[in-house]
Amino acid sequence: MAEYISKLEQLLEEGEFVVCSEMGPPIGADPEFIRKKCDDVKGYVDAVNITDNQTAIIRMSSIAAAKIAMEEGLEMIIQITGRDRNRIGIQSDLLGASALGLSNVLCLTGDHQCFGNDEDAKNVFDLDSVSIIKACQQMTEEGRLINGNELKTEPPRLYYGGAHNPFADPFEMHMMKLEKKIEAGMKFIQTQCIYNLEKFDYWMEEVRKRGLHEKCHIMAGILPTRSVKALRMMKKFVAGMDVPDYTIERMEAAEDKKAEGVKMAVDIINHVKEIEGVRGVHLMPVAWEEITPVVVEKANLYPRPEV
Amino acid sequence: MIVGKLKDVDEIKDMLPEDLESLFIIGCGTCVSVSLAGGEREAKSLRDLLELYFRSQGRDVKVNTATIKRQCDDEFIDSEELAISEHDVVLSLACGVGVQHLGIKHPGKMILPGVNTTFYGRNSDVGEWEEMCLGCGDCILDDFAGVCPVARCSKSLINGPCGGSQDGKCEVDDEIDCGWDLIYNRAKEIGQLDRLLSYEGPKDWSTARDGGVRSHKNPEFFSE
Ligand code: SF4
Ligand code: SF4
Repeated sequence: MAEYISKLEQLLEEGEFVVCSEMGPPIGADPEFIRKKCDDVKGYVDAVNITDNQTAIIRMSSIAAAKIAMEEGLEMIIQITGRDRNRIGIQSDLLGASALGLSNVLCLTGDHQCFGNDEDAKNVFDLDSVSIIKACQQMTEEGRLINGNELKTEPPRLYYGGAHNPFADPFEMHMMKLEKKIEAGMKFIQTQCIYNLEKFDYWMEEVRKRGLHEKCHIMAGILPTRSVKALRMMKKFVAGMDVPDYTIERMEAAEDKKAEGVKMAVDIINHVKEIEGVRGVHLMPVAWEEITPVVVEKANLYPRPEV
Repeated sequence: MIVGKLKDVDEIKDMLPEDLESLFIIGCGTCVSVSLAGGEREAKSLRDLLELYFRSQGRDVKVNTATIKRQCDDEFIDSEELAISEHDVVLSLACGVGVQHLGIKHPGKMILPGVNTTFYGRNSDVGEWEEMCLGCGDCILDDFAGVCPVARCSKSLINGPCGGSQDGKCEVDDEIDCGWDLIYNRAKEIGQLDRLLSYEGPKDWSTARDGGVRSHKNPEFFSE
């Protein structure tokens, strides 16, 4: 199957319902930390995102961590943000990632540094999510850099996606950005985590009306939680998160919160699986990564397809 | 205008040399005067505070003030030439431009900054100023319904809002309006939404400070 750039591309193109998860590199240089996490999810997911200094907290670089995880046999998706590097640094890292065999990239603008521990840092944002996607597209498909210069050796092999928040207001303004990303060549989307199914359904309806689901593979974001507190915190403090009151009430009423958290995640997966245009799920349990295999099994998504 | 904020008196005290005998506080009568940071009023009240402080320390320091129309322009600073030469130290309440201009005109004189120069902004309400421009050197307001994405989006994004924009507020702080929300709403109002749809390649920053220290000459004065 040499024509596919990555296993992720192959699965999506061949119509499998894809399961991704997420991994945060360590705040430190220990490769064992990553290897252990790999064991938790191996065989249960098709690809794993590796975050790029998420919430502006310094961690091992996403490319280095992804390389270690890849050696453990996982298909990785490196996240790359525009916050810490300019167009020179980003394109150089994309070439390096591809040379290491890391082809899947999730292109993000990046959280502002005020969320982390280095509020006094200078930010970059020379490229945003759209222009990082465009850079991937130009390098991979045209063998050109942003500045127009041609690459002197083999172009990178990149399969690039982006994120979208179906719950962000105003709706039209955010749709406009989504369409720009698709125009720039984005191949797949991972959405913000979903709790509000009515709103997600509405977003998918709009996506289908505009034919966007035919131009780009959509994976629905799922964030299993095990506490009322976590849900409340997300509702209140995470910009753009939509946690309906009925979700919180459901968790409040549950005796076994962990079991309920898994059940809620499975219910959401079962719901989105039936929606036309949803091509997979992206599981991102925060500080509960060991639950991923349980959710995958309970949602009847195990075993994963072999390629 | 250039907006500034008067420095904290304690910080100013710490800057002053221990053997100081005379201090000349010079206010600036233009931008920082309007932003209530370094005009005549601020110069005088700072003088009163410092005099009180020196007296409480048993130090005999002469403090005088003057306010000139514009510290960034020779035309106005010449009048204070003599007074400047008669003081040990000058504390300038102008923006960073004025402070440095005084320094260039008075080599050998210690010129200290009394104001933090904050941004190019507008007077948005009584006693309130808002950042509007970053002086990027290549104005693109025409493409963004007249609202600057460079200065008014916390990440200077030119392709639309980040995922943190919610209810018109920026992810950085609830007190900050999301620049993209403003762009979007104004574009809608004036019927220019379609102009926001085209992909914007990364901005050319060579006209901004990234291109090196900037200066320019008006050809009228420099033609052959
Ligand atoms: S585009 Fe540049 S020059 Fe124009 S307002 Fe914004 S920062 Fe200022
Ligand atoms: S929330 Fe709005 S102003 Fe703040 S960084 Fe994002 S797009 Fe820019």
